[in-house]
Amino acid sequence: MTPPPVLSVRNLVVAIPSRSGTSRPVNDISFDIAPGEILGVVGESGAGKSMTGNAVIGLLDRPAHIASGEIWLNGRRIDALLPEDLRRIRGRQVGMVFQDPLTSLNPLLRIGDQLIETIREHLPMTAAAARDRAVAALEEVGIPAAAERLNSYPHEFSGGMRQRVVIALALCAEPSLVIADEPTTALDVSVQAQIIALLRRLCRDRGTAVMLVTHDMGVISEAADRVAVMYAGRLAELGPVRSVISQPRHPYADGLMGAMPSIAIGQRRLRQIPGAMPRPSAIPPGCAFAPRCPRAADTCRLDPAPSLADDPQGRAACWFPMEHSA
Amino acid sequence: MTAFVTVSHLGRSFDVSKPWLNRVIERLPRRRLVAVSDVSFQIEEGAVYALVGESGSGKSTIGRMLAGLMTPSEGKVEVAGADLHADPAARKAARIQMIFQDPYASLNPRWRVRRIICEPVVVAGGATEGVAERLLEQVGLSAADADKFPHEFSGGQRQRICIARALAASPRLIICDEPTSALDVSVQAQVLNLMSDLRDDLGLTYMFISHDLTVVRHMADRIGVLYLGRLMEEATPDQLFERPRHPYTQMLLAAAPMMEGRSRDIDLPKGEVPDPISPPPGCAFNPRCPFAVDLCRQERPALRDVAGVRVACHRAEELAALSAG
Repeated sequence: MTPPPVLSVRNLVVAIPSRSGTSRPVNDISFDIAPGEILGVVGESGAGKSMTGNAVIGLLDRPAHIASGEIWLNGRRIDALLPEDLRRIRGRQVGMVFQDPLTSLNPLLRIGDQLIETIREHLPMTAAAARDRAVAALEEVGIPAAAERLNSYPHEFSGGMRQRVVIALALCAEPSLVIADEPTTALDVSVQAQIIALLRRLCRDRGTAVMLVTHDMGVISEAADRVAVMYAGRLAELGPVRSVISQPRHPYADGLMGAMPSIAIGQRRLRQIPGAMPRPSAIPPGCAFAPRCPRAADTCRLDPAPSLADDPQGRAACWFPMEHSA
Repeated sequence: MTAFVTVSHLGRSFDVSKPWLNRVIERLPRRRLVAVSDVSFQIEEGAVYALVGESGSGKSTIGRMLAGLMTPSEGKVEVAGADLHADPAARKAARIQMIFQDPYASLNPRWRVRRIICEPVVVAGGATEGVAERLLEQVGLSAADADKFPHEFSGGQRQRICIARALAASPRLIICDEPTSALDVSVQAQVLNLMSDLRDDLGLTYMFISHDLTVVRHMADRIGVLYLGRLMEEATPDQLFERPRHPYTQMLLAAAPMMEGRSRDIDLPKGEVPDPISPPPGCAFNPRCPFAVDLCRQERPALRDVAGVRVACHRAEELAALSAG
């Protein structure tokens, strides 16, 4: 008995019209995130992972727009809402954590004021109750002496502490979904480990669904339950994190794993994927990975592109997924 | 076993005091940030020496002092037996080149690739005929790219141009400051493989600066772990990753995200890197160290040999015996 998903994205297409034609940085993406689940979205720069996150919360910059597809949040369709309605959902039902904690906080306001304002904006509360709640939120993310730190300005915190404040801000209205876009990329490894553990704990305790967007497979491997590998705007592979890492079915996912230097295995030559990812304006017909793929056949270069449904196991968007002996 | 580069008791501090008038009016003392403090190590010819550390650990400052871009406040750097900062001729003879993190910022956008790559040759007064074309092919680009501008290339290709420019000076030592941190993993693999090939073909010596333990493990022959400007441990990759001796190295390895995955119920690192303007007395790591005793809070441990590894920890032997038993 699986509970209904918090977020359900169906055949999402983001289009950017330009003089030389329309490009699709996000092309036909579908996925669900269940309560308490962390879905990792991984890909190289330009793969469309941040664009997918922004599309879900309606933060696309013009002229990018959702061209087709559906986004359902807690059983309500949100992709066609008016900006005012969407604004109420952001913060109340969806929390956001971005890469750079400094740009997510107002440098001129004490963090207590920012937290209290956010809480009162979304929840019917008195100022005093909101203040208590802000203290609780800071304590929950592990900020020492939370009551005193309410009066501090963002610049008085270290990078790791600032990111905790941003997470507290994202969670203070108890959203059912958190979109974290490269939340640990600007942090040192020791602080990164603390933040990942914090996200995992909050997710487990509160049943919050998390969409974790990152380029770092190491972070995904530690934090996520399932992983979606994106390539050139499409989903290349979607599956449980351990299977995708140890037994990738899509040749791109396989190449990505081989290209990562590893701590456990010592010095050896890294596997290379020849070439580079195509730009969104020049994606080849058929499978976008075909020109770089060692397994590509003629079928792969013809439309339509493969989808997850073409894999008997439903994991890789590939005509010839890789088999692994169990 | 010839030490090509010898760094002895290197130190660098920066004056971060307020302006003179403020100091007088507000009665503030001068403040100095010690970025690098008493660091000594040697690099053998043809080896890859890596420095790892978190932000603010002083790894880039050391790199810049080795490249001659910054003068040390204390200690000295000797390359091939000559003091780099005392003798201007030594700097020229050492033929040191540098590769930086951001390939977008380190190439002049108004120059064609040919001019960029030939610049070190022009400075040295050599012949530039065909140099750019040869080097471009050596780093895996095509000779025709010499007439393009940097903006026509992707990040990985630009980093190859930076490598070609470094090679143009026929360097003996290349200092790579986070050379792949701005690149995607598949591109990073291409650049790292290229750097390994060039080292084998040309007999280069690398000083490799990175925060990424996996990259360091892959590339290095010897690794120095920095914390708050001090060398905490120095060992070969196998020694370091299989048996880290210093509690800080142990914490760093435990915190690094692992592809192999494991349950996340390990001891999480405590606290954060302290303020380098007022570092803790004694061992810099003592406030975060689970094994710290009074001695660690009073006396700074020297880097010393413990079972073939150099460690700066008062309790290294005890801890080794503890983990073995």
